[in-house]
Amino acid sequence: MSTDPVQVDRISGQTTTGHEWDGIRELNTPLPRWWLWLFYLTIAFSFAYWIVYPAWPLASSYTAGLFGYTNRGRVAEELAAGQAARMQAAAGLETATLAQIAADPKLTEIALAEGKAAFGDNCTPCHGSGGQGQRGYPNLTAGRWLWGGTLDQIHGTITHGIRADDPDTRASAMPSFGKDGILKPEEVREVANYVRTLGGLEPEQGVDVAAGKKIFADNCSACHGEDGKGNIDMGAPNLTTKVWQYGSDISDLIYTITYARNSVMPAWGKRLDPVTIKSLAVYVHSLGGGT
Amino acid sequence: MTISAEEIYDGPLYEAAKKVYPQKVWGTYRRIKWIVLWIALGVYYILPFIRWNRGPNAPNQAVLVDIAHSRFYAFFIELWPQEVYYFTGLLILAALILFLSNALFGRVWCGYACPQTVWTDLFLWVERFIEGDRRDRIKLDAAPWTADKIVKRVAKHAAWLLIAMLTGGAAMLYFVDAPTLLKDMVTLKGPFIAYLWAGILTFTTYSLAGHMREQVCLYMCPWPRIQAALIDNDALNVTYRFDRGEPRMSVKDSIKAHAHGQAAGDCIDCLQCVAVCPTGVDIRKGAQMGCIQCGLCIDACDAVMTKVRRPTQLIAYDTDENRERRKRGEANVYHLIRPRTILYAAAIALTGAIMLYALLTRTNSHLSVLHVRAPLFTQTAQGGVRNGYTLRFSNKLSEPGDFTLEVSGVKGATMTSAMAKPLDAGQLTVRLDPDSTLEVPVYVTAPADAAPGKSTPLTFTATDAKTGERSVVVDNFFGP
Repeated sequence: MSTDPVQVDRISGQTTTGHEWDGIRELNTPLPRWWLWLFYLTIAFSFAYWIVYPAWPLASSYTAGLFGYTNRGRVAEELAAGQAARMQAAAGLETATLAQIAADPKLTEIALAEGKAAFGDNCTPCHGSGGQGQRGYPNLTAGRWLWGGTLDQIHGTITHGIRADDPDTRASAMPSFGKDGILKPEEVREVANYVRTLGGLEPEQGVDVAAGKKIFADNCSACHGEDGKGNIDMGAPNLTTKVWQYGSDISDLIYTITYARNSVMPAWGKRLDPVTIKSLAVYVHSLGGGT
Repeated sequence: MTISAEEIYDGPLYEAAKKVYPQKVWGTYRRIKWIVLWIALGVYYILPFIRWNRGPNAPNQAVLVDIAHSRFYAFFIELWPQEVYYFTGLLILAALILFLSNALFGRVWCGYACPQTVWTDLFLWVERFIEGDRRDRIKLDAAPWTADKIVKRVAKHAAWLLIAMLTGGAAMLYFVDAPTLLKDMVTLKGPFIAYLWAGILTFTTYSLAGHMREQVCLYMCPWPRIQAALIDNDALNVTYRFDRGEPRMSVKDSIKAHAHGQAAGDCIDCLQCVAVCPTGVDIRKGAQMGCIQCGLCIDACDAVMTKVRRPTQLIAYDTDENRERRKRGEANVYHLIRPRTILYAAAIALTGAIMLYALLTRTNSHLSVLHVRAPLFTQTAQGGVRNGYTLRFSNKLSEPGDFTLEVSGVKGATMTSAMAKPLDAGQLTVRLDPDSTLEVPVYVTAPADAAPGKSTPLTFTATDAKTGERSVVVDNFFGP
């Protein structure tokens, strides 16, 4: 090994860096000076960045930068811009009636988009993400409507709620037939079995369904109708469908008749703006609304 | 083995770029370079102004990157964002063509067609026009700051900036309607973003073509490194035929050498090849990374050889293979057709054919179907089963499109949608704006007696009423 610090490579004529590993020396291939200047420029840039943008944490705050830029502020700006763009798109919904919206594909498209978002924010916890409902909360896709499935009826239900704190709310009360002693337990069982047959389900063995039919005619038909097809003016469910909001087991039906259910939906007119409610009505109607 | 402190070499780790003063040259390759330059610049400036009629609802600019509406237009081709994979094909094609050109003629791209070369040539021409040729420029650089020098410098940089501005500004014409933008920008009514990008490109053009020049090729561009790995013995490269040129000596010395019966090469060591080189390399050192193979040294050397009455082509497009053959006293051979070039050509033909096929079979309408996952299915009041689907129709024509949607695969299945009108035969009809997409939620209900299983294939067919084009998508219908 040579002790000469500056070594010149015989083949290339280049000097080495003086570093040596196992007899292998590295040729010194100098970088162009401008490359170094670019590096210094990036350092200068970082100083400029500190001055212009928020950078250094202080005891209880931070250096705010020249223009007071914040990421949160930027998000707020973008949200406001998005909101403004949405309002522009939804402007047509404000003046149009529900029927006009339904007749105009452009308005329907916007209403569906708005309604789907609002449904996800407000309705999904009870009615499910696709409006499929769950035990105790109506399935909005089945085509069976407690208070009517037209655009206007849906709009009214959303605005005023059901048994809600609203003067125009949808209100009705099914009596607690068993609890209040209107029907005896065996009568409740008989009518429950009859109601099962209305929906095409098998009654229990050894229960007098004919007696149940008579009890139904005397106690239930006023609201649910002679044929059990319900009455949307009172929110009395149609009992002849395949959809059972509180379950179709005999025990479920006995519980319903004994204690009554009388569930509640909030009046959204107090919480949401008219355009959102219109959009929700259009969206819910699109899920399985009728005429 | 340890390294003592004295052994650490304290040499320069950075060095100032050696300024290159390319000399004026005239000849075959210079002429080719001028022709390529004017074609390239001509295409660049004229292309945005070419019109192409696409009907009333689409822009009439032949080549347009319409970022605002996310469309790309190139003559008869219109691409949507989901079709950018065509660009993958273009990039593959470009790479393969570069490989093939490299296998045939070395770095012909670098020397003639690369924008860095084209604009550097243009800037050099301006520099030479204002400040004079190599010798004058070297002198001017060394001269004190006189009025003459200031005038020349200001004129040069002003001319460079003007070209750079025209370059950067022209790039903007590819993004919006060119005549409108040109008028707006000249009357200072253009959008800020256009000025910003024109400014950025002005700066890069001015610095890369005016100041950085060969430094771009030497330190920034990856291609010389890739090219070094692709080169083979049969590629035509700008080569100094040292078998003929060495030992180099002046004309006088060669006469003396011949008189003494000693060998003398044809190279008279006039350094003209170095003087004209735009990257400042000495081609006589052999193939090297700095050489962009523009052939200007061939022109320079040929001129000198003609003057001293020696055969030209001392520097020429030649192959490593021939250099070795001449050493052995064999004749030159050129293998333009060899496995490598055949392979590249075949790959180019294949890629081109696939792209052409994709373009020719591109449909003007499209349907995509997404099954609603939550819930997978619901039961209706009548006991039927209902599935939700989100359909997206695309109408790529520049006129409104009417689509008829049919569903099949599940017996008795019916469709409902708030976004579509029902037809008598159970189909739905959807109207789309020109050049647009539309999301249509569709519910498919199977009656209770059809009893579909857990999962049944379901086929959506959308027919474009005008063209009769059909898009068929198969999805599944789920049940309990």
